[in-house]
Amino acid sequence: MDFLGDYTLRIVALGSGVLGAAAGALGCFAYLRRQSLVGDALSHAALPGIALVFLLTGSKAPLPIMIGAALAGWIATLAVRLVVRRSRVPYDSALGMALAVFFGFGLVLLTLIQKRPDAAQAGLESFLFGQAASLLREDVVVMSALGAACLVVLALLWKEFKLLSFDTEFGESLGRPMRRLDGLFTLLLVVAVVIGLRTVGVVLMSAMVVAPAAAARQVTDRLAPMVIIAAAIGVFSGVTGAVLSSVIPHLPTGPTIVLVLSTVVVISLVFAPKRGLLWRWIRLGRLQPAAALDPVLMHLYALSLQHPEEPDHGHGLAVLRTMSPTGADLERVIGDLEARGLVSAVGEGLWAPTPIGRREAERNLDREGEVGS
Amino acid sequence: MSPELEILAIAVVTAVAAALPGTYLVLRRTAMVSDAISHAILPGIVVAFFLTQNLNSPVLLVAAAATGVFTVVLIEALIRSRLVPEDASIGIVFPAMFSIGVILISRHASNVHLDTDAVLLGELAYAPFQRLTVGAVDLGPTALWSMGTILLVNAVLIILAWKELKLATVDASLAALLGFQPLVVHYGLMTMVSVTAVGAFDAVGSILVVALMIAPPATAYLLAERLGPMMGLAVAVAAAAATMGWAAAMALDVSIAGSIATACGAVFAVSFLLAPRRGLVAQARRRSGQRLDFAVRMLLVHLLHHEGTPEATEECREDGLHSHLGWRESWTKRVVGKAKQRALVEESGELVLPTDTGRHLGNDAVIGFSD
Repeated sequence: MDFLGDYTLRIVALGSGVLGAAAGALGCFAYLRRQSLVGDALSHAALPGIALVFLLTGSKAPLPIMIGAALAGWIATLAVRLVVRRSRVPYDSALGMALAVFFGFGLVLLTLIQKRPDAAQAGLESFLFGQAASLLREDVVVMSALGAACLVVLALLWKEFKLLSFDTEFGESLGRPMRRLDGLFTLLLVVAVVIGLRTVGVVLMSAMVVAPAAAARQVTDRLAPMVIIAAAIGVFSGVTGAVLSSVIPHLPTGPTIVLVLSTVVVISLVFAPKRGLLWRWIRLGRLQPAAALDPVLMHLYALSLQHPEEPDHGHGLAVLRTMSPTGADLERVIGDLEARGLVSAVGEGLWAPTPIGRREAERNLDREGEVGS
Repeated sequence: MSPELEILAIAVVTAVAAALPGTYLVLRRTAMVSDAISHAILPGIVVAFFLTQNLNSPVLLVAAAATGVFTVVLIEALIRSRLVPEDASIGIVFPAMFSIGVILISRHASNVHLDTDAVLLGELAYAPFQRLTVGAVDLGPTALWSMGTILLVNAVLIILAWKELKLATVDASLAALLGFQPLVVHYGLMTMVSVTAVGAFDAVGSILVVALMIAPPATAYLLAERLGPMMGLAVAVAAAAATMGWAAAMALDVSIAGSIATACGAVFAVSFLLAPRRGLVAQARRRSGQRLDFAVRMLLVHLLHHEGTPEATEECREDGLHSHLGWRESWTKRVVGKAKQRALVEESGELVLPTDTGRHLGNDAVIGFSD
């Protein structure tokens, strides 16, 4: 199949890629600042702005509509900030309320539009769920310009945004205008969200912001690589989703992009080196038997030290049981220890460490000494 | 009942049913879970719809509610893995679930009555068309019966588990310590939220569910100091907002769900401004009152400092006070007026002198500072 020859597909893929890059990169900062759901609120809150611009101007030109959307989203974040600062309503409640109330108001405006005789509102609904197939060249031009502007500002104010994400108080003590930076960051996020409305729609926008950052975070501990990887994941998911949805019939673009993204997140959560679930499981698997065996061996060793003259003085499981947590399966542990040649039976139900077991216990003590020092 | 009144009844019952669990969501700072659940139930609804071919089947309700609880389990598993913070976990899980739902619909159900608009936006205006009939008797709209049942169940559960819910909400560790199983309470609450969201989605759409679950309790949170009154107020606010939104929608002929959500926001905005103790206006008045009170004390300190000294004739002249204290003239007048009104100072010719009460207060202020 000739993917790149298809004009529509090229436009859609380009638009989705631009969206993925901008949302992925900016999303990292939102993710680190625990503001992942701001994208969700912003995109819902954009609806009344879109509807108002259309009501006032009657035009569906991309730029005015995007400006209206951005303004409405921006006002919603200001409202959230005001409510959180000046009342005891918690942040998440304020966010959810702004999201639902703005969206509801947008719905009222949309129904007003639908009643107008000149109702050329058909394209407006596409903002709700996204309709990447309806993207035009001029849409993608505006999207690319805005996305590039976001990334340039991000690069220019890199240090400041880094400070904002990790240590706002320190930034304030340096005399940096942290509140204004916070406002600027929200503006950039608003722009990224607005870029995405036509492609993935209101509901799925939050995934475009959060998911690339979450996937990238598992792979690296540093900001710059995280942002680059997140942007790359965003581009990859955007383009892959666009291509898949054009190849397979009845596959809407927005949800497809989100599912590709979610798959990347799952892969990253499971397979990320060092942090990933698989890695953790392997490491725990290696540690767990040792962790269970060690205390019993150490107890036996400690008991044997009380009888320095008779290395074969044994101790019963009853003694060990008083030294172990309730419910510990001592029979199994002692069996394992015996199988590894660390302890041996020295009489009826009596156990003592073997010479190898002693050495192992002494090594453990040395190791603990190192950790302690 | 006319269709309009039936719509109002459905709206009020839904609003009250949502406000009950919503109160706990707001207090537990898990309000966004309502957003997540109300979106994530979509695949559950779709699959159950494929199986039953009936949007009003109870199987649908159960399947979708189970999906909602599953969503919460998934989000919490992500949080517990400590790989992803809480807000990001929510933001990853529900769009993925919603996407699955949308794709299922557009691939397999494009020709049946089930579209994403309806789920997301709801259309209350159509709710009276679905009737519950027994034999030939028309018992009213189905939505009224289903939401009424959910409201009743919510209310009964909350009354039965009042103590447990309260304790698990305000102090989860104490609840665990006392053997109250906060986890059971938590999942019980999440089930309640899911069932309510599912029951409401058909009539009012998932976005209005979010507005109804969060805004009335948040409004009540500004007005009440105790859980019982807060819940009562939340219920009253929910019913009032539903009625106002309904009336506005009828008058303007616009989306009823959107109008109710807007009314919820308006009611919150009004109480955010005007709440007797926590409102913006009350805060501003309290602050200016404190400012005036502080200025009166400063005036008294100034007067006491110069009382009985030779320069008192200059320092304590009423028309010269503002320059000595470094205040604007109008403000000084207000402060002196306030002090006179509280009988802390009195005029003596051109001078302002402290009364006995004023002397006490001024001394207290100075002693307070020297602490």
